Amino acid sequence: MKLQPTNRLRAIAVGAAVVSGALVLTACGSDDNTGGSNGESSPKAASNIACDGEGNLLASGSSAQKNAMDIWVKNYQAACEGVEINYKPTGSGAGIQEFLQGKTGFAGSDSALKEDEVEQSKQVCEGGQGINLPMVGGPVAVGYNLSGVDDLTLDAETIAKIFDSKITKWDDPAIKKLNPDADLPSTKIQAFHRSDESGTTDNFTEYLHAAAPDAWKYEPAKAWAGEGGQSADGSSGVATNVKNNDGAIGYFELSYATGNGIPTVKLDTGAPEPVEATVENATKAIAAGKVVGEGNDLAMELDYATKAEGAYPIVLVTYEIVCDKGNNKESLGLTKSFLTYTASEEGQSALADAGYAPIPDEIIAKVRTTIDSLS
Amino acid sequence: MDIAPTASATPTKSPPGGPAEKPGGSANRPGDRIFLGLSKGSGITLLVIMAAIAVFLTWRTLVALAENEGNFLTTFEWNANADPPVFGIAVLAYGTIVSSIIAMVLAVPVAVGIALFISHYAPRRLAASLGYVVDLLAAVPSIIYGLWGALFLVPHLTGLYEWLDQFFGWTGIFSYDSGAPRSLFTVGILLAIMILPIVSNVSREVFKQSPKMQEEAALALGATRWEVIKMAVLPFGRSGVISASMLGLGRALGETMAVATVLSPNFLINASLLNHGGGTFAQNIAAGFKEAGDIGRDALIASGLVLFVITLLVNGAARLIIARRKEYSGANA
Repeated sequence: MKLQPTNRLRAIAVGAAVVSGALVLTACGSDDNTGGSNGESSPKAASNIACDGEGNLLASGSSAQKNAMDIWVKNYQAACEGVEINYKPTGSGAGIQEFLQGKTGFAGSDSALKEDEVEQSKQVCEGGQGINLPMVGGPVAVGYNLSGVDDLTLDAETIAKIFDSKITKWDDPAIKKLNPDADLPSTKIQAFHRSDESGTTDNFTEYLHAAAPDAWKYEPAKAWAGEGGQSADGSSGVATNVKNNDGAIGYFELSYATGNGIPTVKLDTGAPEPVEATVENATKAIAAGKVVGEGNDLAMELDYATKAEGAYPIVLVTYEIVCDKGNNKESLGLTKSFLTYTASEEGQSALADAGYAPIPDEIIAKVRTTIDSLS
Repeated sequence: MDIAPTASATPTKSPPGGPAEKPGGSANRPGDRIFLGLSKGSGITLLVIMAAIAVFLTWRTLVALAENEGNFLTTFEWNANADPPVFGIAVLAYGTIVSSIIAMVLAVPVAVGIALFISHYAPRRLAASLGYVVDLLAAVPSIIYGLWGALFLVPHLTGLYEWLDQFFGWTGIFSYDSGAPRSLFTVGILLAIMILPIVSNVSREVFKQSPKMQEEAALALGATRWEVIKMAVLPFGRSGVISASMLGLGRALGETMAVATVLSPNFLINASLLNHGGGTFAQNIAAGFKEAGDIGRDALIASGLVLFVITLLVNGAARLIIARRKEYSGANA
């Protein structure tokens, strides 16, 4: 008789502990999501954002710019009442697909529209066509995990050979030559690439192809083509595996490196000093590229082989894709006002906190003019 | 055993032909008619849904196959978004089947052991709580298994892999180069854990229903508990265990997120189960769908159709096996 109540009490105590523990944990979780930029941005934001339109704006596409969108949407919605912007990070392919079906106001994409997609867009954009607006830049970092080494410089050719299983040991002469001071162990290199198709892989292989054409003979593509190595799902998968395996190296957006505390490779681009993967250096490299789109289209061609001082050449530029003419009338006002904000100085400077690179001044100025002319 | 329900269900008329087959055919009360209509409707709905899925998959598959430059069955490549598209399912089919077989080999004996322990050996209280714990495994989302696999299981398997390589490396199947153990074998281990609850749960229910009379008779004749299980419980439960295994196999074949998180997929078939390489249908669809274009999507759907067919074949085979062993079982009669 005496045993039962105490048992029950104990059970209740355990249950209470579990429940309160769970509550504490979830509370922490939601704090992390809303914290950070909330305090500094919303009061400031209210003054500069020009609200227009109301209701819902649907958009979808690139997951590479998801974190940027989250910040922008939060700031915009805080400033403009009665507006809801819903950006689904479905991936560039799906984003373009939905845009071409007329389901969304704009699409986010890691790569510019292809010719046949521009043709298709003419059916959705009455009297106009889909155009690319560069909006977010991002350095793709090459992260590594090598005990005893926290400063590593590589050049494009060495990186290409590492990822193509031509260099398999960390104390390879090619790596030693670039890092005379480092104490390189003879650990086997475990190179990690993406198992899913992605714009990150596309840009990374573009860089290898442009900067080391002899060592990287594959055509740049969203799907990985190199030989050997291991693969993992998504940037987070690659980053997790690099973090957990000694001797590993992999590529992912800079924010995953800073978030996981993974050291990144400095690039020997031919510039006087090896270039570190930072937001500022990425912006310098984007500035070295040029706009190749015609008319209102601002699709860019990046100069991956740039030797400019302090320019980090492995960069990803993601676009917002809209119609230049013939946008959906109901969402036009909202689309224009939201994109005006994202392209504004304020919108661009909010990017750096999340590990993204702002688009260089000259190009973003063109983006602003184009957004003004949308109809 | 069979007579009791039939007798109570037929009120006045007793049709002479096939009494157990269609008692619903002679429904004349309104309740019976409504129930008959409802159940018939549900059955037909299910068939229509399945047919619609099959038609959709076949149609999109044909679209994709018309564009394919490679051989759909033998090409070791998946470049469905390239121009021209080249893709084949050989690696995916191999990876899916091999990882599922590994999972079955590891999981079924353990699951049957758990089921027997719970139903015939354990003290009642322990049996109940043990049953709950095993069933709880089924409630864990697959992405959690994936994370657990990637962060805990994979780093701890290196030792086992090296051991297997040292003693069984000569077979070729168990040779292991180096690198993180993120191979089909690891996926098999993970899938085994994931299908354990469903196999053990169903087997346990079947074992519990084994005829008490037979068990008691065997005990009365002086059989030990193991002999009772061997003579009365296992033969009775065999078809149930097979059905349970097939349910588990179905889950293993279709598992997506856990595989995508743990495996290091690669479009080549590696003779060694411990080295990187391979992929599964579901994992490939999850990895490729986000960035797929029109043809790429149809190609993934085509691979989905193959998985659909494989699952159908597995279920068909299971039905055949069960039908052949019907005489043992009261549950499937």
